[in-house]
Amino acid sequence: MVEVLTGTFTVKAGHAQMLKGGVIMDVVSAQQARIAQEAGAVAVMALERVPADIRAQGGVARMSDPSKICEIIDAVSIPVMAKCRIGHFVEAQILEALGVDYIDESEVLTPADEVHHVWKHDFKVPFVCGCRDLGEALRRISEGAAMIRTKGEAGTGDVVEAVRHMRAVQDAIRKLKTMPEDELVVEARNLAVSLELLTKTRELGRLPVVNFAAGGVATPADAALMMQLGADGVFVGSGIFKSGDPARRAYAIVQAVTHYKDPKILAEVSKDLGEAMVGISARSIPKEQLLAPRSI
Amino acid sequence: MSGHRQPVKIGVLALQGDFAEHIATLKKLLVETREVRLPEELSGLDGLIIPGGESTTLSRLMSIYHLREPITQMARQGEPVWGTCAGMIMLAREITEHDPVPLGIMDVVVQRNAFGRQVDSFEQDLDIAGINGDPFHAIFIRAPAIQGVGEGVQVLAQLPDGRPVAAQQGNVLVTSFHPELTGDLRLHQYFINLTRRVSPSQRE
Repeated sequence: MVEVLTGTFTVKAGHAQMLKGGVIMDVVSAQQARIAQEAGAVAVMALERVPADIRAQGGVARMSDPSKICEIIDAVSIPVMAKCRIGHFVEAQILEALGVDYIDESEVLTPADEVHHVWKHDFKVPFVCGCRDLGEALRRISEGAAMIRTKGEAGTGDVVEAVRHMRAVQDAIRKLKTMPEDELVVEARNLAVSLELLTKTRELGRLPVVNFAAGGVATPADAALMMQLGADGVFVGSGIFKSGDPARRAYAIVQAVTHYKDPKILAEVSKDLGEAMVGISARSIPKEQLLAPRSI
Repeated sequence: MSGHRQPVKIGVLALQGDFAEHIATLKKLLVETREVRLPEELSGLDGLIIPGGESTTLSRLMSIYHLREPITQMARQGEPVWGTCAGMIMLAREITEHDPVPLGIMDVVVQRNAFGRQVDSFEQDLDIAGINGDPFHAIFIRAPAIQGVGEGVQVLAQLPDGRPVAAQQGNVLVTSFHPELTGDLRLHQYFINLTRRVSPSQRE
């Protein structure tokens, strides 16, 4: 009998490889999910509220109602992701039982554990986690994350933090590639990561898993900017369904991610998109209301 | 496989998906490669790979950027075309859902997500006709399966339950799984051997 392996790191990380060059869109209803799929999204993130509303309404943000997630799973054929709170492994167990294709252990929800993240190796479903720098990315990978995204600052429509985080990761990898071998132990200690994972990253010259951009992407130009900075793909949260013409904007961002190096096409797809989400400058947000520093 | 550069240029459709993995694999086999996003980038190629990704996304982008007709024409003219996973869906004559609209290049009926959701994705060793040596380690990710094959389609591999997961019709090759994720170069070399520029004496 031939051995059949499921839930391996290869199939978890491999799924993220299939999402590359694509756009993952936040949706709060079956109707929005269908619009996203029609526009060419590679996956949808099933939510009760988009980050901009979570930010505006305050309170404790938790995993979405399972009936909402099931409604969205039933509406589309593309993969469906859902968010659990940082460290809330029971929400993760529930999401796995629902059959979601990827779990985002997300700083956008109110953390359930300020010390520990979910031990993601125990799950058959893959996880994506946010990061602000190489250390965070590698710590999440060591906990079992099969995909990484920049945190950015969700729900703002301001791309500045996503840029900061993507540049931080890329800069650290560039530095790592030219670092003398005898400095690696100290670098691993500084980043609070294993020497083994750090060495692997150095050899690959990139993160060992797929790395998307997230947190503030609102326009086709934002999406292409993140791709040119080295992102493998893009999450768009509030940016689509908080804009004037979501279907059109979604369609434009999908094309911008494919043709991210072609300014003529970017110019074409950026025309007549209607109002972008209003947004708030990340710099104007009081420190205690920032989402990105919620885990390290 | 010798250390000589192979006189072949293979395109990989780079609209979305794991095209970079295919290109990296082809480079190990010392062939020239090109990312294809626009119709003009198909000219001068000896073969085309449609990678894994989301078939609905690939379908939309192929329509917007007018790639359907030239890819179909390329296949009809006898240039080798290979679809892995989503690529297999796009090459099918028919799929079991209404979306996406396939290119209809190969006489197979394909079912999307035939094995379930992501938690059902799996790895398994397969015997593949035409691939010598050890079984091929196949990685299936939300994979499609072939439900029916027309005359002239040769099934190259099937699962123990009998479902075909690799097939060939002349110059057109499809696999449900992802050889580009394994580091095993044999299926890529098999595909290169389908190109007309590789003479029988140069093969293997």
